Amino acid sequence: MRTPGRFWLRALARHTARMLLVLMLGGFLGATLARMAPGFGQDAEELDSRLSRESVAALRQARGEDESLPGFYVHFLGRMVRGDLGQSQTLQEPVRQLLAERFPETLESVGLGLALGWAAGLGLAIAAVMWRSAWADLTAGLAASVLLCVPAAVLALLFVIIQAPGRLVIGLIVFPKIFQFARNLLLRAASLPHVLTARAKGLGGLRVLIRHILPVAGPQLLALAGVSVSLALAAAIPVEVLCDLPGIGQLAWKAAMGRDLALLVDLTMIVTLITLVANTGAELLARRPREGGA
Amino acid sequence: MKWARRAAMTFLVVVLAAGLLANWIAPDSYARQFRDLPDVAPSSQHWLGTDDLGRDRFSRLLYGTRISVLLAPAAALVSSALAALIGGAAGFAGGWLEGCVMAATDLFLSLPWLFLLITARAFLPLNVSPLASVAITFALLGCLGWAAAARVICADARALCDSDILLLARASGSSGWRLLRRHVIPNLMPVLSAQFWISIPVFILTEANLGILGLGVAEPLPSWGSLLRELENFSAFSAQPWLFAPLLLLVLTVSCFHVALENREVWT
Repeated sequence: MRTPGRFWLRALARHTARMLLVLMLGGFLGATLARMAPGFGQDAEELDSRLSRESVAALRQARGEDESLPGFYVHFLGRMVRGDLGQSQTLQEPVRQLLAERFPETLESVGLGLALGWAAGLGLAIAAVMWRSAWADLTAGLAASVLLCVPAAVLALLFVIIQAPGRLVIGLIVFPKIFQFARNLLLRAASLPHVLTARAKGLGGLRVLIRHILPVAGPQLLALAGVSVSLALAAAIPVEVLCDLPGIGQLAWKAAMGRDLALLVDLTMIVTLITLVANTGAELLARRPREGGA
Repeated sequence: MKWARRAAMTFLVVVLAAGLLANWIAPDSYARQFRDLPDVAPSSQHWLGTDDLGRDRFSRLLYGTRISVLLAPAAALVSSALAALIGGAAGFAGGWLEGCVMAATDLFLSLPWLFLLITARAFLPLNVSPLASVAITFALLGCLGWAAAARVICADARALCDSDILLLARASGSSGWRLLRRHVIPNLMPVLSAQFWISIPVFILTEANLGILGLGVAEPLPSWGSLLRELENFSAFSAQPWLFAPLLLLVLTVSCFHVALENREVWT
């Protein structure tokens, strides 16, 4: 028989291995695309007529341009492992410094957005299911339906026009998905026979929710939590660009507009890592030892 | 709610027809400039006024509708076909191929959708002709939007592989192309069809986001995304409510898709 400690260790090792595999695959894909992209390695520096052919060759070698694809990837991976994320071509700053400056802004925006989205979405879903509040169900359902039809960038623009804090937009983008998914999950859990029996025996609404409904819906709600991180990060791009918030989303947009491919590959890896950690964390929390012990 | 679905589908047909017939309905070309009439209010000549370059907004909205509403289904078709090919092959083959496909879908799904799109868009030349920008935008949507659908189709194909129907068909001597044509494709069609219809509103919204961010369809070609960029003109907001016409049309169209898709049997 497996002990819970051993089960958690094995699950953690398995998930970490999968995460690393996906991350390396992502890095390889990003590096391949960067290496193959039109204009890779073109630098205005090379146009300097004072440079000899040898100097141009040395510059190219320094940028890793003359390397084969596997060589380029190994070089890139080696740099990543050493913590050297390279230099941004457009912003002329070390990527590590750019990330250090901009990450707190995104963390704050995404954190606030997720907190708001979850508080409103889950709160209204609980109100709609537990207290059978037609008002909450109708209002939240209508708001969620409308918000699902509006592009994130338009919401951000509208917030700029009415001079409201742009960070709230991320909450509005996350809210409809949380509400709709949580409402369906809670409705399904609330109609299970043991919950109906508990209600019939006179158990209070709050106790039924905490003791009988949430444990059933919990694993899927945790999976939704992992997905919502990805949603919030995607929403951060238009929000930060249009509301002029200097975060990772704005940096990614600037890198895309300036075709700063090296910076984009670094950002891709970092954002992939964040979402993978969020999803893996949610998956691990949703697991129970007896599932793996069989 | 049958009436709501019918109303939604009628609206979608009208929008589609307006887009298809833009050449005949639109009073002017999307690029024609009335240089003496820049930024004018709606009138009998220009129903939604003109933009800051003097182009008729109503005509641009019709041509933009054609691009957004016709090319989003085209991109959905590409992504569904890719999902069917990749997910179906992985589901049937199983083993290492399924493992590789699952790792690839994990990767695609772990990257936020808009992030993936702008990254992939940046790897392609940005300074391209308007027509090339349309092709690139919708080709990217089609080529990158397959992951979630492939995962669903892979699971369905795996279940179908293990089903009694296929076992019976194999025992009766069906194999290869016949098995695929007579049993596999018909059984996967409802899922594929649902994935196709679900993708359309997602792609319409994504194109709008990309357009506003300046990474979508290039000027002078209009699309809903590029038309929405006019909303950046804050000072004119209170005086020009007609600037919201593209937004209203987009929200109504996407809502109609959601209403019509509530019961997917209608489509399959």
